[in-house]
Amino acid sequence: MAPNPQIIPGNAFDAAREQRLLELRREAEKHGQVKGGIRPAGAPFPQASPETGYYGIPLLKEPSWTWEVPLYFFVGGAAGAAAVMGAIAQYTGADRKLVRDARWIAAAGSVISPALLVADLGRPERFLAMMRVFKPRSPMSVGVWTMLGFSGASAATAFAQFLSERYGPSLPLRVIENAGQALSLAFGLPFSNYTGVLIGATAIPVWNENVGDLPIHFAASGVGAAVGLLELMGHQKSRALQMLGLGAALFECWEGARIEGRSLPGLDPLKHGPSGVLVRTGGAFSGPLPAALRAISLFTGRERSRRLRRWAGISAIAGSLITRYAWVRAGHVSARDWREPLGIEPEPR
Amino acid sequence: MTTTAFLTDSTLCIGCKACEVACKEWNGVGEDGLEWSGFSYDNTGAVGASTWRHVKFVERTPEPGFGGNAGELSSWMFSSDVCKHCEEAGCLEACPTGSIVRTEFGGVFIQPDICNGCGYCVVSCPFGVVQRNEKDGRAFKCTFCYDRQKVGLMPACAKACPTESIEFGEIDSLRQKAAARVEELHRRGMRDATIYDPVDTSVGGTHAVFIVRGDPRSYNLPPKPEVPTVHLKKGWTGSAIAAGLLLAGSLAAFLMEKRARR
Repeated sequence: MAPNPQIIPGNAFDAAREQRLLELRREAEKHGQVKGGIRPAGAPFPQASPETGYYGIPLLKEPSWTWEVPLYFFVGGAAGAAAVMGAIAQYTGADRKLVRDARWIAAAGSVISPALLVADLGRPERFLAMMRVFKPRSPMSVGVWTMLGFSGASAATAFAQFLSERYGPSLPLRVIENAGQALSLAFGLPFSNYTGVLIGATAIPVWNENVGDLPIHFAASGVGAAVGLLELMGHQKSRALQMLGLGAALFECWEGARIEGRSLPGLDPLKHGPSGVLVRTGGAFSGPLPAALRAISLFTGRERSRRLRRWAGISAIAGSLITRYAWVRAGHVSARDWREPLGIEPEPR
Repeated sequence: MTTTAFLTDSTLCIGCKACEVACKEWNGVGEDGLEWSGFSYDNTGAVGASTWRHVKFVERTPEPGFGGNAGELSSWMFSSDVCKHCEEAGCLEACPTGSIVRTEFGGVFIQPDICNGCGYCVVSCPFGVVQRNEKDGRAFKCTFCYDRQKVGLMPACAKACPTESIEFGEIDSLRQKAAARVEELHRRGMRDATIYDPVDTSVGGTHAVFIVRGDPRSYNLPPKPEVPTVHLKKGWTGSAIAAGLLLAGSLAAFLMEKRARR
């Protein structure tokens, strides 16, 4: 006898679903099996084999990094590139305001970068443990020391500049400003790209298969963002920035073509699924879009050109941010794919 | 000090999970959820921050001469997984705080009072062993019972194992023992028994050697694990090229602008 549905507590009677269960029962009686319909967990019978790995359970662990890390990649890339450009601009006697603004970008990065890196730690109060040792074979250790050098130098440069602008120049301030500038250049060069080595020299397949290219890719991304930031600060007339922005965008176009052109199973997360969409979106905003806008701006009137470069800058900044996030997402997807580290051919798409 | 190792012989394992329990009890490792995986009797899934020993239940369709069960039943093998304590350990190389060290027994040990939870060891382990405990913030893995070994005791899992499937001892003698054991298994008709100890890879062998039956990939044991430091040369070369391009590009751009201004 069927139980009275009204008296089952907390369970609304659903005639359609009950009917479905009866259908399943009839189908099972008739054919000995049920196709489709309900699939309980673990069905069909799970197997561990050289083809399926251990029940398809991921072999590698996903990165435990939070949103701060890709943002740190973005900030560090832009700040490092800005410091290098600012220093070169200074040494070649370029526009004084451009040098100033580049220094401010580097200084902002010198504050935000360590904050993000500390915030991501599982035990932020133990950040100082990073300074117990220097391990040349650990990109994280090299990176932390590079960041500390860069942050100190860039902050000192900007601070000395601020003081001499406010209270008039003096010899000690000039010494600090110039020494800081030189150190900021020296540390800015690796700081703008080391994050590529950081993720490249890991066990995550999609990262380590691109280890040689990632630093250059990330540097170009940082240059694009730094140029974009400077243009938004009013430097849309600088021909040097235009050239650097164009160079970075063209490199990103080439990098995109390289990623799309190679067909290794380990590179799937860069092309398919949500992480693939992110990589392509970031690529489009970093490469073709700013490259096209800049190319057009070369042949337009002054006012039009400024507007186009502004949009190219915004696009490159957005592209850089999305690109960093996309690479980290791709790392997550790659870590979940048990086939790659087991050397198993992926299912044909 | 002698270099010690585990020899985990899956042909002796009965899947009792005493090692998992002993490890958790001795080391005070927290529970990690009571969930049904649907995969054989293995509801643990994998080693991680809160699972330092993990018994794998490898089920497959019957095949003559494979597995020890009757022909019509699916063959069933068990293997207790653990941190491999690599000769060239990716986690140890990656650790920026020096928290991860090599002990006098050759094991790889995370000093919990130094680890700041940066998570770089997590992505640097080619075996997916190290994991950050998100509640605690630090990274955890098998300690090789460093505290017990210090006072001359064998690790808790080996001690609790009722069939001596987990053997603990000096590494070279265990490697010899493994070779002799596999030879014996072959003589007895278990021709698919193999040793998993990736000595020919950049990992340079492990201090946790396994005897498994069939392809080690069924046990999620990678055929070619690589210590991530092998990628360093390529990575830093790329970094140097990037720095050179940035420097040269900036110089060229600003010098050309300067010339145009004149």
